[in-house]
Amino acid sequence: MSTPSRYWREIPQRYRLEANSCTKCKQKFFPPRLICPECGSRDLVKTKIAEKGKVISYTIIRVPPSQFKDQAPYAVGVIELDDGVKLMGQIVDCDFEDLKLGKRVKIEFRKLFKKGHSGILCYGYKFVPDS
Amino acid sequence: MEGIVGYGAYIPRNRIKVEEIAKVWGADAPSYKKGLILEEKSVPSPDQDTITMSVEASKNALKRAGIDPIDIGAVYVGSESHPYAVKPSGTVLAEALGATPEVHTADFEFACKAGTEGMFVALNLVKAGIVTYGLGVGADTSQGAPGDALEYSAAAGAAAFIFGRDKVVAEVLDTYAYMTDTPDFWRREYEYYPQHGGRFTGEPAYFKHVIGAAKGIMNKAGMQAGDFNYVVFHQPNGKFPFRAGKILGFSRQQIEPGWLVNKLGNTYSGSSPLGLTATLDIAKPGDNILLVSYGSGAGSDAFILKVTSRIDAVRNLAPLTRELLNNNKKYLEYGEYAKFREKIRKAD
Amino acid sequence: MREVAVIGIGMTKWGELWNKSLRDIYVETALMAIDDSGVDHIDSMYVGCMSSGIFVGQEHIASLLADYLGCAPVPSTRVETACASGGLALRLGFMEVASGMSDIVLVSGIEKMTDVGGDEATYALGTAADQEYECYNGITFPGLYALIAVAHMDKYGTTRKQLAEVAVKNHRNGSMNPLAQFPFEVTLDDVLHSVKVADPLRILDCSPITDGAAAAIICPVEIAKKLNKPIVKITGSGHATDAIAISQRKDMTWLESTYQAGKSAYAMAGKSPGDIDVFEVHDCFTIAELCVMEALGIVDKGKSGEAVERGRTALEGDIPVNPSGGLKSKGHPVGATGIAQAVEIVKQLREESGKRQIKGARIGLTQNMGGSGASTVVHIFERG
Repeated sequence: MSTPSRYWREIPQRYRLEANSCTKCKQKFFPPRLICPECGSRDLVKTKIAEKGKVISYTIIRVPPSQFKDQAPYAVGVIELDDGVKLMGQIVDCDFEDLKLGKRVKIEFRKLFKKGHSGILCYGYKFVPDS
Repeated sequence: MEGIVGYGAYIPRNRIKVEEIAKVWGADAPSYKKGLILEEKSVPSPDQDTITMSVEASKNALKRAGIDPIDIGAVYVGSESHPYAVKPSGTVLAEALGATPEVHTADFEFACKAGTEGMFVALNLVKAGIVTYGLGVGADTSQGAPGDALEYSAAAGAAAFIFGRDKVVAEVLDTYAYMTDTPDFWRREYEYYPQHGGRFTGEPAYFKHVIGAAKGIMNKAGMQAGDFNYVVFHQPNGKFPFRAGKILGFSRQQIEPGWLVNKLGNTYSGSSPLGLTATLDIAKPGDNILLVSYGSGAGSDAFILKVTSRIDAVRNLAPLTRELLNNNKKYLEYGEYAKFREKIRKAD
Repeated sequence: MREVAVIGIGMTKWGELWNKSLRDIYVETALMAIDDSGVDHIDSMYVGCMSSGIFVGQEHIASLLADYLGCAPVPSTRVETACASGGLALRLGFMEVASGMSDIVLVSGIEKMTDVGGDEATYALGTAADQEYECYNGITFPGLYALIAVAHMDKYGTTRKQLAEVAVKNHRNGSMNPLAQFPFEVTLDDVLHSVKVADPLRILDCSPITDGAAAAIICPVEIAKKLNKPIVKITGSGHATDAIAISQRKDMTWLESTYQAGKSAYAMAGKSPGDIDVFEVHDCFTIAELCVMEALGIVDKGKSGEAVERGRTALEGDIPVNPSGGLKSKGHPVGATGIAQAVEIVKQLREESGKRQIKGARIGLTQNMGGSGASTVVHIFERG
């Protein structure tokens, strides 16, 4: 069994969506990077990302990986947040027929999966409709 | 004076109706509905638990409080359904809010009273000057055994309260606790579903402690039922709070704004705290509110609150409790409910 | 740089090869290539393989396979760049021969995928995506390409039917390929009503789980001439990368790595898309073939669906794509795919493709892609 270190290390991103931005070209990165791929600057500072955005693509996963088996079918989308940051996430609390491109969504804290019957619980962000 | 600086609620969107459960067990739905004054209850999705609901309720409380989460010195989560048997819920909550690492965290468990316990301790740490802000959360994803009377009511929800000294939306005028050792409801270690004492949960348990605490705090504060605009009792079913209110001299009008159970079910540690968030949503400056929780085992915590003029400025900064209760609902069939609540035995 | 030729190819029947192990499949296939070339030794070997560690619990396969092929102590290198591992093995072998470091090099690819269940295979393939920021959210490979498909449909009006046409065409081609895993035809209706996997993609939009290997022997053209074998020259090679997570790309519908690798290969060969007679491209999902056609410049952006629908990419069309049946019908043992594409192009240029032969094909191109497009290897081949 793997140790929880891999999960633990990502907590700032998973729980609080910590990002960073390039002090030179102002580009924002989620997850944070050590070097700006746009301008090559290594001067990046911690920042937060917008909590709302819109769906720019989505799919409904019907054949899931094993740790997501009990949740299928579920929707996964690529979201463009209001500050331009793009990230992937599940879209929940939304009936499949209401999913559409451009739909407004916001971040919500959810459990992503459990590591088997006795392993750690893995939390993070998902998206829900922003009404 | 110390009090609530921000409050927030969270209720999952899934519901199941009493009829849907009764149908499976061959029970008489109309008599349950009438006897318990219960129509439906909330159900968590597989990706929701005490921790996730606590985070969302607390984020709503933070929106109303408008404070920097790093200034929260105490984080307490009260629940009888902490996702881990060993490992705190509070650490996840504190981390998700951005309150770590200079923060005191603990998980409380006292059946349905754990939420007000967290509130009690958070408030008193503020009063003692030990922390600037303290957060108390009541949250549960309670399970009733399939076919048991509790299955009709055991629900999911969370309410969070940030206590502080400045910019208070409701001052806490007094607190009081009343308890005895009364085994009316319990769950032994490693058991999945709780057991209860049937009608023993009424007179010697719920009523004795709720009435004892209500009378005790009013006596201590020199106040009467008529001095309160609203009263919130723990709501294990629709009937008990009205009966307790009647015994104590409260009217239906004083109870109803915080009475959510007919459409929400019993959210255990979240029950009376959610009644309080719903009441704050409609309260006016100067209103007095009495909150009395109840937890099996058994005991009650009581709080007297006085709403300040700040309430009008913060109320709409986060979703109102009744909006969460009434909007975007999704009704489940028993099969899906059983799957969501992991009541179905599966292969590994 | 020396001119490099392919002088031998090997590929066995692909599918669920229950009674064959990784090493069995490999040795059988590699020996076919060696026999086809007529060489009596090899100087070096490359093995493209994505995930033997997960699929069969075996790493260090470069040495294992050299040993069982009876070739130890020749240097043997395993190459991994997800589903483009085979293509990259070819490119590294090409570089070794072109540079003069070695003369006769075995380039190969293999994957033995059926020793794990479907869940585990889904997981193993998922390791080609960003584990922390894609897979953590429950995405799968069909899911990633479904996200690309939805974006493509939105941006260019590509239709569900056009996606299905890719599967119908590739199965028609594959029905003429005796080595294919699924050598049968499917109808538009079959595709449009097959089981949903990740909306809008259905099972017949997806390449299968396959056991298989493919191999080729390459050497300098001067040596090839002495062996008196049909010569197919490798005249262009390109390799490029892109962001591994699709959300990090500027345009999800655009495969920048394919565009860049294609640009390098075209430049090296001095060719343009219009010069190519036959294409073998990475149709791991129907939408992938469409996006690849656009990134390689075979059609304009947004015009791929229409081109397929009009039959332009069929065997008898003006731009035949995937005469082998593609990954869709031939199968997709991930590490082997890039080499199998080269095997098909060599057959086409030698005019050994039987019923699926593109008449008079003189120049062919292979495009082999890893993950959701974060790596691509492109090669151009010409009749010697």
